Amino acid sequence: MALFIVQLLTGLANAMFLFLVASGLSLIFGVTRIVNFAHGSFYMLAAYLASSLAAALPLGPASFYAAVVLAPLGVALLGGLIEVCLLRRIYRAPELYQVLLTFAVVLVIGDAVKFFWGTENRTGPSPPGLSGSVPILGQLFPTYDLAILLLGPLLALGLWWVLHRTRWGILIRAATSDREMVGALGVNQAWLFTGVFVLGTWLAGLAGALQMPRVALTTVMDSTVIVETFVVVVIGGMGSAFGALLGAVLIGVLQAFGILWLPREFQLAIIFILMAAVLILRPWGLLGRPETESGTAGEALRREVGGRLRPPRWVWAGILLALMVLPSLLPTFYVWVLVEILAFALFAGSLQLLVGTGGMLSFGHAAYFGLGAYGAALLMKQAALPMPVAFLLAPLVAAAAALFFGAFCVRLSGVYFAMLTLAFAQIAFAVVHQWYDFTGGDNGILGVWPAASLAAPVRYYYLALLAAVCGLSALWRVTGSPFGYTLRAARDHPRRCQAVGVNVRSHRLLAFGVAGFFAGLGGAVFAFAKGSVFPDYLSMPMSVQSLVMVLLGGIHALAGAPVGAAVYKLLDIVITKYTGYWQAVLGGILVFLVVAFPHGLVGFVQARWARMRASLG
Amino acid sequence: MVEGPLLEVRDVWKAFGGVQAVAGVSLRLPRGEVRALIGPNGAGKTTLLNLLTGQLACDGGVVLFKGDRISGLPPERIWRRGISRTFQITATFASLTVLENVQVAILSHQGRSRDLLSRTGRLAREAALDFLKRVGLQDQAEKMCATLSFGDLKRLELAIALANEPELLVLDEPTAGMAPQERLDLMALAVQIVRDRAVTVLFTEHDMDVVFAAAERIMVMHQGRVIAEGTPQSVREDPQVQAIYLGGLC
Ligand SMILES: Nc1ncnc2c1ncn2[C@@H]1O[C@H](COP(=O)(O)OP(=O)(O)OP(=O)(O)O)[C@@H](O)[C@H]1O
Ligand SMILES: [Mg+2]
Repeated sequence: MALFIVQLLTGLANAMFLFLVASGLSLIFGVTRIVNFAHGSFYMLAAYLASSLAAALPLGPASFYAAVVLAPLGVALLGGLIEVCLLRRIYRAPELYQVLLTFAVVLVIGDAVKFFWGTENRTGPSPPGLSGSVPILGQLFPTYDLAILLLGPLLALGLWWVLHRTRWGILIRAATSDREMVGALGVNQAWLFTGVFVLGTWLAGLAGALQMPRVALTTVMDSTVIVETFVVVVIGGMGSAFGALLGAVLIGVLQAFGILWLPREFQLAIIFILMAAVLILRPWGLLGRPETESGTAGEALRREVGGRLRPPRWVWAGILLALMVLPSLLPTFYVWVLVEILAFALFAGSLQLLVGTGGMLSFGHAAYFGLGAYGAALLMKQAALPMPVAFLLAPLVAAAAALFFGAFCVRLSGVYFAMLTLAFAQIAFAVVHQWYDFTGGDNGILGVWPAASLAAPVRYYYLALLAAVCGLSALWRVTGSPFGYTLRAARDHPRRCQAVGVNVRSHRLLAFGVAGFFAGLGGAVFAFAKGSVFPDYLSMPMSVQSLVMVLLGGIHALAGAPVGAAVYKLLDIVITKYTGYWQAVLGGILVFLVVAFPHGLVGFVQARWARMRASLG
Repeated sequence: MVEGPLLEVRDVWKAFGGVQAVAGVSLRLPRGEVRALIGPNGAGKTTLLNLLTGQLACDGGVVLFKGDRISGLPPERIWRRGISRTFQITATFASLTVLENVQVAILSHQGRSRDLLSRTGRLAREAALDFLKRVGLQDQAEKMCATLSFGDLKRLELAIALANEPELLVLDEPTAGMAPQERLDLMALAVQIVRDRAVTVLFTEHDMDVVFAAAERIMVMHQGRVIAEGTPQSVREDPQVQAIYLGGLC
C-alpha cells in the first residue's frame, strides 16, 4: 500500500512537468495551428541554462531559485525572437513546411547545447532547503517532489486565471476556437501569436528549469520530452490547456505504475498505444473539440509549381549510364555511399507518393523503412531463409504493417493523421527496442550480410541499383496512373472526389500500402549494406530525415526524391568532414529551404525551365 | 405499371447544434423533370441537397432513389447509383488540367481508379473531350484548372458532374457569381444537355430570371420547410411566397 501511494505521488510529480510542457505546446497549437517540435528543445535549453546560472550567480543558496526564475524568461525571450523572425513567415504555409521549420530549430538548439555544455550527462545542483526526503507511510519521498506537487496545482490555477479572467486569455481562447473571429475583432493577430508563443515557451522553460535537480541533463532530453508531450496533448485534446492537465496525469501515473507492473516489452509502448486508441476513438482528444471543416488545415499541400516538365529521355539514360560505370571508378567507400543513397531514394520516393501526390503528411514513415530492414534481418536470422528470399519478402512485411497501421490512419486528416502515424511508428520502435529475445532490443541484429555471391561491394551495388531503378520507376508509374491521378484529386478536394464516386479512404490506404512496400524495399537494401539493423532505423529522427529529403528535392517534383536523397547524403559527408555540428548546418539549410526555396531543388529547376521555355515562345 | 418517382424524400430532418436546418421535408421528383429549389439565404437548400447526395447524414427520414433507399449511403455509393452533383462553392481539382479533371471522374465511373499501372494520358481522353465539348470548354482542355475564369470553372464542374451519365443531376447554385447574361447562357446550356438525355434535374438558384427560364416546377423552402410547390405561375402567385420575398419575385 505504502509503495502504491509513493509510486502514485511520483507519477503525479512527473505529471506536473508534463503538464507544464504540454499546456505550452497546446496553447501554441490552439492559436497558431503549428505543431511545434522545438518545444522540447526550449525545455532542454532551460534546464541547462538554469544549471549553469545556479552555479554562476553570486547569491548563495538563493542563486538556485533565481536561476529557476531567470532561465525560463531567457528561453521565452528566445522563443519570441524565433516566432518573430521565422514562424511568422509560415503560418499560411502547408503543414510540412511548418513542421520542418520547427524541426530546424530543434537541430540548431540541439547542437548549440552540445557546443556550450558538451555531450556528457550533467547533474544539476540540489535545491537548497528542499534536498532531503520526508517519510510517507514508512517510505522515503523526496522533499523537492513534494514541493512540485504543491507548486503544480498553483501554476495550473494561475494559468486558468490568465485564460479565463484576463482580456488576453479570453482572446487566446477565442482564437483557439475560431480563428477568423479574432481577425474580425480587429485584434492585432501578429502580437497575439507572438504573445502565445512566448507564454508557451516560458511554460516549457519553467518545466525544464524545475526539472534540473531531479534528472540527469542529457542532450536527448529534447526528443524524449517532445514525444511524451505529443502524447499528452493528443490525449487531452490539442488546444486545450486542461486537456493537457488530464493527459499529463494519465501518462504520469500510467508510466509510474507501468514500471512496476508491466513486462518490459510494453513499458515504452504503452503510452503510444493509449495515444493511438484515443486518436482512433476520439481524434480530437478527451477534452478537445472536433475541428470544423474550415478549420482543418489538412489539405494545405495543394499548390503545384512549375511546368510538369519531364526531363528528356537522354537525361535519364545519361544518369543511368553514369550510375552503371561509377562504381568501377570510385573507391569502395563511395560505392557504399551510393548504395546508401539508393536505399534512401526509395525511402524518400515512397514518402513522396504519400506526402506529395496524396497530401498525407506522415511523421512515421521510418517505421516501414525500419520494418523492411528488420523484416529482412529476421527472415534471414530467425526464419533461416536464404538472403535473396529474405530480401524479396522484406518489402511485403513493411507493406503489411503499412496496411494495418494505415487502416486506422486514413480515417483522420491533417495533423491528427500525422500524429497517428507518429504514434504507430513509436509503437513499432518501442517494440523493436524492447523485445530483446526476438529483435535483439537496442543491441540490434548483427551479421546481416548479403549472400556470398552478392557480397562484393560492386555486386551488391548493382543489386541496390536494380532495386532502386525498379522501385522508383514503379512509383513514378503509379503516380501517373489513374490511381495516382485519383489520389491527387482526393488531395485537391476530398469532397469533390467522393462526389465522383471515389472512396477516398480506401484509395489513401492503398497508397499507404504501396508507399510502405517501397520504403521496406529501401530498408532491405539498407540492412544488407550495413550488415546490421538497429531500432534507430524506425526512429522519429529517421522519419524527419526522409521528410527533409523529400522537401530538399521538391515535394511535387517527380525526380525530387532521389535528388533530395543524394544531396542530403553528400552534404552529410562533406559537412561532417569540416565540423562536428552537422545537425546545426542541416538546420540552417532547412530554414533556408523552407523560407527561400519552398519548392525544392528540382521544383526550382522546373520552374526556371518552364519560364525559360515560355520566354522563348 | 405506373412508374414511381425517380427521387422520393420522406420527412427528412437535419439540425446543426441548435439550428434546425431541414425540418421535415418531403418531395417527389418524377423522371425527366427540371425542378428549382428556391428560398432565402439560410433556408436550408444546400443542407437538403447534401442530405440527398450523402454529404450529410439525415437525423431522420428516408431518401429513396428509384424505389431504393439511399439515405445512409456514403456519397461515392450514391454517385454510383446515378446521382451526380455540383457544389455551391465551386469544387474542382486545382492541380490537374481541365481535361484531367474530367478524366478522373470518367475513370472512376469505369471502375478504373485503382488501376496502378496504366498511363492516364490517353485513357478516356476522347470521352473527356466530348464532355468538355458539350459544355464549350474543348479549347481549354490542356489548361491548368487553377487558371480558369470563374464561369469556366462552373462549366467544368458541370462537365465533371456529367461524367457518370447521371439520371439525376443536383446543381447547387450553378450560376452563382456570374454576370447576368452568362448565367442565362450557362443554365440554357445545362438544360439543353439534360433534355437531350432525359436527365432529371434539381437545382437551387437565387437568380429568378434563371429559375423561371429553366424550371418546369418550383419548390420554395423557408426555415427548413417546403412552403410551396408548383408551376412557376402558381408559385409566383402564392401569397406566402410573396410574403417571404416581400413582393420581390419578379
Ligand atoms: N455545417 C454547418 N454547421 C452549422 N450550421 C450550418 C451548417 N451548414 C448550414 N448550417 C446552417 O443551417 C442553415 C441552413 O443553411 P443552408 O446552407 O442549407 O442554407 P441555404 O438555403 O443553402 O442558403 P444559401 O442560399 O445562403 O446558400 C443556416 O442557418 C446555416 O447557418
Ligand atoms: Mg446554399
